[in-house]
Amino acid sequence: MSGNAVEVRNVSKTFRVYHDRNQSIKATVLKGGRAKYEEFWALRDVSLDVQQGETFGLLGLNGSGKSTLLKCIAGILQPNTGTVASRGRMAAMLEVGSGFHPELTGRENIYLNAAILGMSDSEVDRKLDSMIEFAGVERFIDHPVKNYSSGMYVRLGFAVAIHTEPDLMLVDEVLAVGDKDFQAKCLQKFDDLKAEGKTVVVVSHSMGTMRTFCDRAAWLENGELQAVGTASDIVDRYTGEAERPVDLGDGIKRFGSGEVQFTDIELLREDGTPLDAVDPTRPVTVRLSFLAHEPIERPDFAISIRDAQQTAVFNITGHDREWLPERLPAGHGSVDIRIASLPVRAGGYHVVADVRAEGAEIPADKVWGAKRFGVNHGGHSTSGGTLYLPSGFESLRSGDDTATGTLRLMPS
Amino acid sequence: MSATAEPARSRSRRITLNLLKNLTLREIRSEYKRTMLGRVWSLINPLAQIAIYGLVFGLLFRAQPEPGINSGLHIFALWLGVGIVTWGFINIGIREAMQSFLGYQGLLKKVALPRWTLPASKVLARAATYLTEIAVVAVICGVLGGWEILLRIWMLVPLIALTTVFIYGVGLVLAIGIVYFRDIEHFWGILTQVFFYASGIMIPRNVIETVQVETLDAGGYTFLGGPVPLLALFEANPIYQFLTAYRRVLYDFAFPEWQTLLSLTLWAAGTLIVGLFVYSRYQARIVEEL
Ligand SMILES: Nc1ncnc2c1ncn2[C@@H]1O[C@H](COP(=O)(O)OP(=O)(O)O)[C@@H](O)[C@H]1O
Ligand SMILES: [Mg+2]
Repeated sequence: MSGNAVEVRNVSKTFRVYHDRNQSIKATVLKGGRAKYEEFWALRDVSLDVQQGETFGLLGLNGSGKSTLLKCIAGILQPNTGTVASRGRMAAMLEVGSGFHPELTGRENIYLNAAILGMSDSEVDRKLDSMIEFAGVERFIDHPVKNYSSGMYVRLGFAVAIHTEPDLMLVDEVLAVGDKDFQAKCLQKFDDLKAEGKTVVVVSHSMGTMRTFCDRAAWLENGELQAVGTASDIVDRYTGEAERPVDLGDGIKRFGSGEVQFTDIELLREDGTPLDAVDPTRPVTVRLSFLAHEPIERPDFAISIRDAQQTAVFNITGHDREWLPERLPAGHGSVDIRIASLPVRAGGYHVVADVRAEGAEIPADKVWGAKRFGVNHGGHSTSGGTLYLPSGFESLRSGDDTATGTLRLMPS
Repeated sequence: MSATAEPARSRSRRITLNLLKNLTLREIRSEYKRTMLGRVWSLINPLAQIAIYGLVFGLLFRAQPEPGINSGLHIFALWLGVGIVTWGFINIGIREAMQSFLGYQGLLKKVALPRWTLPASKVLARAATYLTEIAVVAVICGVLGGWEILLRIWMLVPLIALTTVFIYGVGLVLAIGIVYFRDIEHFWGILTQVFFYASGIMIPRNVIETVQVETLDAGGYTFLGGPVPLLALFEANPIYQFLTAYRRVLYDFAFPEWQTLLSLTLWAAGTLIVGLFVYSRYQARIVEEL
């Protein structure tokens, strides 16, 4: 396999989805076999090569099989058919810090995690300081890791993995966690690896990172390989296909995968009658009417109210409010979002509505500008500011000899 | 690569052994983590067990084993202590090995590693605990029975090695099995209770022999056309044989009979072979089942 760090050949992987996940001897005996299941194809006949020294990106929606592919490369999962070959020392960061033991200290965990990733104790001894510094956990290194913040956890896990000096590094979405500084540090590290001729396979949802950072990329959809090529090509094709909003005219734009589509967006008074001008002191209900072409699981509805400058003045999502119905069956429906009052300054606003299966990267439907409305309160306008607050000037006192308050703002 | 010309095979063996060491240390360290007495507990635990069982069975039920052959020891609590501590090792060792893949599923799903090291580290950590416990018992036996214990004490080394292998073999089969059939855990819980009594931890052989001769044989009970082979079954149990061997060394200050040693070697080798066979055959797909 000259020149290739990874060779994936005709790999297919299925999972068994049990109808009644009851792994018991009884089920085996009674049903004359293991519990009933369906085969689910997470990967279907995928072949690709990752060349030595390149940074390779994997693109695809949630559930498209990216993690499964990484796990097959890492040897955690076994493909049903096909082969995977890889060369050199490998470090897989599928979930950082997964080998940590909460009761052990950071230091003890470093040794354990490093051993899991194939480092010897003497090697760790040499690199310990550098790891601790990279993770920025100097003060807590002798505390049990259960007291760590999630950021520290991730940083420590990453620090260990990167110090194994792998020839091949598999990274699954871990860059999504951690703060900006740390992400920059990680990207820097990847660049160093690249400069040293090491190979990196990375899953990321940041198209910018993908474009600038990866040499080549592959695009997976429903477990099938759609395309392999230079990163910028693949990103263009991927985003072109999935993320270009459609212009519906009248300043209304829509974008989404289309399982569910909004049919109307209205603002309603308390008595249910529609309205176009909102009084900032009165309750208002936003009604999203939709048509589900096919059922979706755990729909996450969201709206954002934006002003003329596209600044969101108010956001609400089902996910944040833990309001996620189990399932939307196919057919028409609506959801009401009640807002006790919308105390924003007078002006023009519009509603952006979004619905997607929980956690999906691409909405089923997202509509901009489908409901425009004004806010005003009896000709009461203010120059500047964002909020409308019931307020007014009151008593005036003047010409006195004594001051109210102290004189602390007077030069003495 | 920076790594030397060291052949890949020996490098991967070194990495695996290092992993096993670290996992085992993790088990040992976390066992008494956050307790005030720490390791001292592994001394207190066996002493407390000996005291409790000795009191209950020695005083209340008046069970009596034969006196120790060379040692002249005739202290039920000590005879019991050897058994209790060894049983604890076997029982807990098998159970922890059995649960190791399930317990480490977070790790297994995210990292590729030689999976057999997980149950192995559990068993080794238990063996380390057992070492302190059996040492406590041995010291007491020596103090009460005489220095002659030293003559044959080295016999513990091969015995502990055999026990560890036996536990690992059984544990490995169960660790794989439980991933596919979770019921095994409960089934094993019941079996453990049966073995607690069937392994002669607190029932001396002469009690069983009496039952065999005076009740079963004399009463003419039959099983499948022949006499009920209670004593034979009792003696065939490998855990009973392990306990007997340890008692020979620590309570009698004698060598175990060669038949026992041979049988134990076969048991250990047999379970290990079956364990490794089941492991190599089914381990590749356990992550999918977790
Ligand atoms: N252990 C598993 N058992 C059953 N289904 C699984 C398992 N792991 C992943 N899947 C399914 O396989 C598909 C691909 O998952 P994954 O590789 O995690 O996708 P991605 O990382 O691209 O989001 C998903 O539909 C997921 O539900
Ligand atoms: Mg994933």
